[in-house]
Amino acid sequence: MKKEVLRLTNEVVTLLRNGIFETLYMTLVSTAIAYFIGIPLGVLLYTTGEKGTGHNTLVNKTLGIIVNLIRSIPFIILLVAILPFTRLVVGTTIGSTATIVPLIVAAAPFVARMVESSLNEVDSGVIEAAVSIGSNPLQIIIKVLLPEAKPSLIVGSTIAITTILGYSTMAGFVGGGGLGAIAINYGYYRYKKDIMLITVVLLVIIVQIFQEVGTKLANKTDKRKKA
Amino acid sequence: MITLENVGKTFTTQDRVVEAVKNVNLQIEKGEIYGIIGFSGAGKSTLVRCINLLERPSVGKVFLGKTELTALTDAQLRRERSKMGMIFQHFNLFSQRTALRNVCYPLEIAGVSKKEAIQRAEKLLKLVGLEECKNSYPSQLSGGQKQRVAIARALATDPEVLLCDEATSALDPNTTISILDLLKRINNEMGLTIVIITHEMKVVEHICDKVAVLEYGTLVETGSVQDVFMAPKSQVAKKLIMPKGETTSSFENNKILRIVFDGQSSFEPVISNMILECHATVNILGANTENIGGKAFGQMLLQLPEDEIVIGRIKNYLDTIGIHYEEGGAPFDE
Repeated sequence: MKKEVLRLTNEVVTLLRNGIFETLYMTLVSTAIAYFIGIPLGVLLYTTGEKGTGHNTLVNKTLGIIVNLIRSIPFIILLVAILPFTRLVVGTTIGSTATIVPLIVAAAPFVARMVESSLNEVDSGVIEAAVSIGSNPLQIIIKVLLPEAKPSLIVGSTIAITTILGYSTMAGFVGGGGLGAIAINYGYYRYKKDIMLITVVLLVIIVQIFQEVGTKLANKTDKRKKA
Repeated sequence: MITLENVGKTFTTQDRVVEAVKNVNLQIEKGEIYGIIGFSGAGKSTLVRCINLLERPSVGKVFLGKTELTALTDAQLRRERSKMGMIFQHFNLFSQRTALRNVCYPLEIAGVSKKEAIQRAEKLLKLVGLEECKNSYPSQLSGGQKQRVAIARALATDPEVLLCDEATSALDPNTTISILDLLKRINNEMGLTIVIITHEMKVVEHICDKVAVLEYGTLVETGSVQDVFMAPKSQVAKKLIMPKGETTSSFENNKILRIVFDGQSSFEPVISNMILECHATVNILGANTENIGGKAFGQMLLQLPEDEIVIGRIKNYLDTIGIHYEEGGAPFDE
């Protein structure tokens, strides 16, 4: 038994290392792109919302419904449902890169909501002050809202990144890569419980690191607390 | 400098319509310190926001100098706003920016180069006495220091008007005085027109030239601080002026006298003389003296004896020595 585990480890080291790389690749790239889409979307949700300067119920509600719709589809279903779209965008439906497409589609609305809620936390008095100084709406968003919400945005991105990491592991079911795929292919289909265990431990460690770094960064950025 | 013409502001909530400001006409001259006073809910904050159009009036016109603000496009209005600084009760500083960068903000959006902005911001922080704290974040500053940063920020674009919305209401009495003195100094040195919204008479007494009294969104009294202080016409003004701390129940209308001192007489032993002359004892219910416009002003609330003849004698005596008095009582009905 002991011998078998050791042999397995030797064989599996490369596998796991690639798995870690693939997982990080999928998670980080899709988080980055999800934020690229989610921040403007969140800002739009905020500005057209109750507290926003460009209050517009129609735009806000329509956008809100779309966002909620995508968010309510289970990721595993979304993953399969948009396979044609994925093929259209990256030319394939298997592998890590192909997983990034559904990850972004699932994460961007989620990120948009996170951004919206962070912006809602910004003290309305501060925005009023910025308006009284003569700021235009764009300056308020870029120079006031986003910087003031920065600590909260970082906390949000930590939550987003761990959620996306969780989603990425499901990609293993449809030929995606990463630690999730290893857990499914080796642990679930081939009953290699030890490999399953190792991948889970690795995922826990990765989540832990993201969480720690995120919290530290948020605290460091937050100037609202007394230093 | 600032003219309000028939300004009104109505808020519509789901179940009712609230008229926060009704038909206000106001003229504020250049270089004046103008106080707008009233109790909570009188519409003061809405009124001051109507001046820089943070709240767009539902009716009426607002002028800054000769420019009609209510007729401007959004972009034009933003440019005009840089001529009006504003400070707030809760300071509203950018929490993620240092004191220096807070003051830089108005210059940044006005397109001033970074180097120039920093130079000007440093000068302004020095003016408000905070050059030491330029790299501190608002959370590291005290209330008074925060308001000083806010004042420096409001002055960054060299405005002609400074609007103060309950700027000292979150501060302790000593800090309040130091902030008011700073505003007075800025008014003197820079010729800045200042509009002060407050619910505290002592703020108005301390620095204002003129005062408007607001009740339920309507201006009930306007005039020089001296006139309003000496002879308030409206019930609200009387209530606001009375020294604090008296209980209301013990007052019977005509037995309370509010004696107002002007410059000279406060240094004479008026009350002692009056007691000796009139052979009457009085009860001093409250008193305060203030420095208004360089003169010592003060007031004293006296409870007079029951005897109508003695009351007559006292009033007579006060008339002869030329002391202004008012029969009180009514202001305490709440």
